[in-house]
Amino acid sequence: MNNVNITIDGLAITARSGMTVLQAALANGLYIPNLCNHPDLAPAGLCRVCVVKVDNKKIAISCKLPVQDGMAISTEDPEVMQIRKSSVELLVAYHPLTCLTCEKDNDCELQRVAHYVGVTQEGMKRYRRSVRTIPKDTSNPFFDIDHSKCIMCGICIRTCDELQNINAIDYAQRGVSCIVATLGNKPIAQSRCESCGECVVRCPVGALAVKTAQAPMREVSSICTYCGVGCGLFLGVRGDRIVSVRGDRNNPVNKGSLCVKGRFGYDFVNHPDRLKTPWVKKDGKLVEASWDEALDLIADNFSKSKGDGFATLASARMTNEDNYLLQKFTRSVMETNTIDHCARL
Amino acid sequence: MTNSINEIIGAKAILAIGTNTTQAHPIIALQVKKAARNGAKLIVANPKEIDLCRHATLFLQHRPGTDVALLMGMIRVIVDQGLADTTFIKERCDNYDEFVASLSEFDLARVEQITSVPAALIKKAALMYAENSPASILYCMGITQHSHGTDNVFAISNLALVTGNIGKPSTGVNPLRGQNNVQGSCDMGALPNVYPGYQKVDDPKAMEKFETAWQKKLSPVPGLTHTAIFDKIYDGTVRSLYLVGENPVISDANSSHAVAALEKLPFLVVQDIFMTETAQMADVVLPAATFAEKDGTFTNTERRIQRVRQAIAPKGQARPDWQIVCDIAKRMKSQGFDYANPQEIMTEITSVTPSYAGITYDRLEQGGIQWPCPTKDHSGTPILHAAEKGLFATASGRAKLMPLSFRESAELPDDAYPLLLTTDRSLFHYHTGSMTRRVDGLNQLDSEEQLNINPKDAKRLGIADKEMVNISSRRGQVSAKARVSRICPPGIVSMTFHFAESPTNVLTSGALDPVAKIPETKVCAVRVGKQ
Ligand code: SF4
Ligand code: SF4
Repeated sequence: MNNVNITIDGLAITARSGMTVLQAALANGLYIPNLCNHPDLAPAGLCRVCVVKVDNKKIAISCKLPVQDGMAISTEDPEVMQIRKSSVELLVAYHPLTCLTCEKDNDCELQRVAHYVGVTQEGMKRYRRSVRTIPKDTSNPFFDIDHSKCIMCGICIRTCDELQNINAIDYAQRGVSCIVATLGNKPIAQSRCESCGECVVRCPVGALAVKTAQAPMREVSSICTYCGVGCGLFLGVRGDRIVSVRGDRNNPVNKGSLCVKGRFGYDFVNHPDRLKTPWVKKDGKLVEASWDEALDLIADNFSKSKGDGFATLASARMTNEDNYLLQKFTRSVMETNTIDHCARL
Repeated sequence: MTNSINEIIGAKAILAIGTNTTQAHPIIALQVKKAARNGAKLIVANPKEIDLCRHATLFLQHRPGTDVALLMGMIRVIVDQGLADTTFIKERCDNYDEFVASLSEFDLARVEQITSVPAALIKKAALMYAENSPASILYCMGITQHSHGTDNVFAISNLALVTGNIGKPSTGVNPLRGQNNVQGSCDMGALPNVYPGYQKVDDPKAMEKFETAWQKKLSPVPGLTHTAIFDKIYDGTVRSLYLVGENPVISDANSSHAVAALEKLPFLVVQDIFMTETAQMADVVLPAATFAEKDGTFTNTERRIQRVRQAIAPKGQARPDWQIVCDIAKRMKSQGFDYANPQEIMTEITSVTPSYAGITYDRLEQGGIQWPCPTKDHSGTPILHAAEKGLFATASGRAKLMPLSFRESAELPDDAYPLLLTTDRSLFHYHTGSMTRRVDGLNQLDSEEQLNINPKDAKRLGIADKEMVNISSRRGQVSAKARVSRICPPGIVSMTFHFAESPTNVLTSGALDPVAKIPETKVCAVRVGKQ
């Protein structure tokens, strides 16, 4: 593909033809405020926050504007500033100002945009403050939908359509009562939603939020433990607990996507039912025991059943290293090739 | 998989057969759906009208267990229409003439009769697959869990070979492996007939190699398979079983047989993360660490070896599986089990496993590598059997086209058990549910076993939606809630096997594939009745 040269606020930058002005700017480290844009999705041109002036003549939405050689873009033109300020002030006027208790505080695109365009109390007074009071949809066990925080960017709808091809949600109703809803406006748990959470991770504000979200103290790169796809993920740790999972966008297998099990199915690790000690059977009942006691019992018994009297069933959940050692043990210590696992089931 | 997950998007045609991809492999399903959206022809062949059908260009709803007929019928159309890739066949395949002769059995009228898919639709699917290359085939347990599962797999590779859809990007024969590290456990030789890297235990050269590596005399006799182990426990030959991370009381086909065997077993050691239904029957239960509590590697369905990293300390006194094995071996005064960490084990693996020879933990820091990776400077193999390098694993290095004939499943519906039960999986649960049933949210989303039943059958039996019903087969009985829907055609019902309260595998048949020894959990005859 060819390169084209444009200027943004006088700065010369090179972009690939086919890019939009917004993409070219962001790729060159220049911020143009935007809300409904997401790098994984086709541009929508809904929020009108990313407006720019082209060749000192016309106003355009930069997320929909293809770069052309010689284009001169201005992002700080007075007319531009006026339009995007009104757009943002209108959104903020409808938004509950509960930032400190919001899960998205500090990571919120509305905060970022409002801060950048300089929303003021006076400016907002031009609009009647009217935060919407639609009850939260808390039916999904993993995330809540708080319509009062929704900015109608449609990123969730487009994620569920363009990326997931599930189409569980869409805009419903018109005008000021427009909301993001499922078919027939049923609670999301009763919809076609597969609880993948892909819309939740892309929501730029706190409208879609994970129920039990806790910021991790550190993250560890690993692989999902469920199916054979082997998605890359980051386990978020706090103290000695797993508190979050995030898809690894650099992993070529899943490129950041996860399904409901991979994203939300980690609570079993922290579950109180976890086996924490060995158990041995005494008088027909299993009782807790020490490692020494358990190992002695096993060593004693296994020593007497080498060869045909012994069998191992390995697990497709264990690591390669675990499996290797288990078959080495079976073959070299127990003197039999009788080891199998549940691949067949 | 012969090819990689990220190649699916490039296919012009995709045949998804015996895979409920959106439920069992959701992230691969994303690629399939995206390819279909971009214009690829998607052919879904499944006895049930699964979610993927919404995205399909063609849907072939064949009777369970008739895959060989369906696929061979498609191949016959392709050959008859002169669409076979004769250059590819000449250069890379053997046995073409004999194979073509075996197609005579599969005229479309007969195939329609066997599969209940209209002949015109089969023809359309055949042409669609053959005329849109590259074409990729995805399949899963719907193909393998049959008493003729091996034939099903041969039929799939025949179709790919005849059209030259192998060894090139976005083509291939792509089994989607179920559990996270099924591929790796096979690679590592957790199988009765092979050492790591599929080196045969009855090959004296391989045996000598491992005897040298491990400094031990080894047995040249292949061991028992999963199902044979339970038979030998039952007859008293096997007296001691070391069972790691499995739950056969729930997962085994005809699971009452597994329970009866375990009750007779003199000594059972179970190593797991929870007190599973099977662990409750053990003499010793050992607490294992979860994936989040240990280091190591998993190998995914596209043969990509990836690093698993310890995030937290094992709970309580739990230990990583590799360490427990070393503990037992050392307690038995055996040499060769002194490893400081999994990295040292990987070093040993690579020294005896040619397809893993180029793997190091350092290299895996840069991302996963797809085997075969024979040397440290080899970048891995995204596509198997690529023309220049990959030979087929036969003596001639050429692929063999397999003549096949159709066989019915071992147990078909009859007067006493008039419905056909096929098993399936849920998006929200995993295998026997020992992990996912302990995640509250997943349990809320899918809380109990459901029997999918067609409205026609439900009406005839007087069963209402959400009514509790009994399902019985020649082997046992369970109960579940009826879900009246058109997902299953009349005559067929389906259940998952994630719920210990409704242990579906009490019903399933223990009939085995003669080669792969996989039990036929996809087809058995049942009766459904009101409670
Ligand atoms: S969670 Fe997934 S399926 Fe559900 S609405 Fe969001 S993107 Fe769609
Ligand atoms: S996130 Fe979902 S698709 Fe990916 S490996 Fe885990 S279970 Fe499989």
